Amino acid sequence: MDSNIAGIRVDVTEDGYLSDLSQWNKEIAIEIAKENNIELTDKHWEVLNWIQEQVKNEVALSIRSIKKSGIIDIKEFYDLFPGGPLKISTKIAGVPKPKSCI
Amino acid sequence: MKNLVILGAGTSGTMMANHLVSKLDKKDWNITIVDQYKTHYYQPGFLFLPFDIYTEDQVKKVGEKFIPKGVNYIQKKIEQIFPTENKVELEDETLQYDILIVATGCKIAPQETEGMKGENWHKTVFDFYTYEGSLALRNKLRDWKGGKMVVHFTEMPIKCPVAPLEFVFLADSYFTKKGMRDKVDLTFVTPLGGAFTKPKATAALSHLMKEKNINVVTDFNIERVDNEKNQIVDYGDTTVDFDLLVTVPTNMGDEVIERSGMGDDLNFVPTHHNTLQSLDHENVFVIGDATNVPASKAGSVAHFESETLTDNILLYIAGKPLKEEFDGHANCFIETGNNKALLIDFNYKYEPLEGTFPIAGIGPLQLLKESIFNHWGKLAFRWIYWNMLLKGIPIPMVSRNMSLKGKKIN
Ligand SMILES: Cc1cc2nc3c(=O)[nH]c(=O)nc-3n(C[C@H](O)[C@H](O)[C@H](O)COP(=O)(O)OP(=O)(O)OC[C@H]3O[C@@H](n4cnc5c(N)ncnc54)[C@H](O)[C@@H]3O)c2cc1C
Repeated sequence: MDSNIAGIRVDVTEDGYLSDLSQWNKEIAIEIAKENNIELTDKHWEVLNWIQEQVKNEVALSIRSIKKSGIIDIKEFYDLFPGGPLKISTKIAGVPKPKSCI
Repeated sequence: MKNLVILGAGTSGTMMANHLVSKLDKKDWNITIVDQYKTHYYQPGFLFLPFDIYTEDQVKKVGEKFIPKGVNYIQKKIEQIFPTENKVELEDETLQYDILIVATGCKIAPQETEGMKGENWHKTVFDFYTYEGSLALRNKLRDWKGGKMVVHFTEMPIKCPVAPLEFVFLADSYFTKKGMRDKVDLTFVTPLGGAFTKPKATAALSHLMKEKNINVVTDFNIERVDNEKNQIVDYGDTTVDFDLLVTVPTNMGDEVIERSGMGDDLNFVPTHHNTLQSLDHENVFVIGDATNVPASKAGSVAHFESETLTDNILLYIAGKPLKEEFDGHANCFIETGNNKALLIDFNYKYEPLEGTFPIAGIGPLQLLKESIFNHWGKLAFRWIYWNMLLKGIPIPMVSRNMSLKGKKIN
């Protein structure tokens, strides 16, 4: 599916996740964050970078992997991305929706 | 003489012993199997025991009875595997091996969640994934007067991922039959975004939930069980109240995998998805619930794996390349209550599809649709398990790789 985020044409899945991480950039992230009523802080960026790293290394993301990430605990994760933190953070990070999604 | 050692005499280990005893030359190979317990449990029966559908005797038998003659059976605890030294340490002896098959399964780890294994464990907080839990729950249900029953699972992966759903469906028909369904408020709580892991099956199952008046709470990631307020609490501070909690705790591989430094975070052994060889040691193979392969953790999966693994062990011995054959094939009945069941058939690539099984266009089993036939199929599975599956006898017409015949692909 075609979509236009922050004035940029990107490929997305049915539920709005980028299909190709190489099309991602910071403007896109800021725009998707806005749609979810989130203003990105340094801590958000740190988490988003970490998520992209995991996906590039083909490590499956889960609430358990967040617990072990060493950069954030689960409570903070919920504070940064209220609602469904893994679902929302992966969308902003431009990576696929995790299978065991929260 | 060479030694092949199988660790664990559950579903997978027992099947491998039965397959290999007739395939390996007795002049060259000793086969040994090790398990800590005398009893072999039919774990799928733990779903029925709480509702008085099965008796204790129907779900357990003496394990040694299923180990073929010609295989050396040792009932001892496995302390540690030393994969670089090709040896396994038991309680009081050490075994050397040329080939090792790890079939130590997985089990519940309620200690992973704060408060779960607390003061109310097996009083108002139950599991049904162990014999003890399932039996304690049966005794509780026999004279439970009703209230809020919450059926919950903690995180994926769990063995038989449909079991929590089946539990809630069976609970609905159990209370209906007892004439007390109006006194029970049933809620299903899941960490997933929907009723099941696969979208098509989720759609079919969500419909049933509605029909049966079962509340569903999705995206719930449990942080702790509050034993004072009788609530489960998630990381986002959402709470669900219960009078009776039936939970599936985190599932983990056995501690022996951790002690041996052979597992991931959850003590599952990194395994090649299609050959079932361990990724770290070429003479170590892994089967069943002990692997980290992204297939369902189910007896039917272990059965399909055992056929590929048997061929691969023979290829390995002959010094030939292994077959990359296993496709993640799973075939599971889902009990939906009132003597009906669904059947799903899927693999790594295809999610459960509608259609007929095992004969294309004829069935008699209906994929993804409720039917009485499917329920009989599920009950027949117990007989098949003890009499065919464990003995490594192929199940007629059901092949190790998934077939797309008779399935609707869209
Ligand atoms: C409630 C429930 C319902 C289920 N329903 C179904 C179903 O309908 N259909 C289906 O196909 N599957 C079902 N399953 C799943 C199925 O039972 C398992 O997938 C299957 O038993 C896995 O076999 P396994 O050999 O890998 O592990 P197991 O059968 O668990 O065997 C592992 C063995 O290793 C031994 N072991 C482990 N560590 C040690 C140690 N350190 N020392 C000595 N021995 C050790 C254990 O004692 C055990 O006997 C269900 C499971 C449960 C819990």
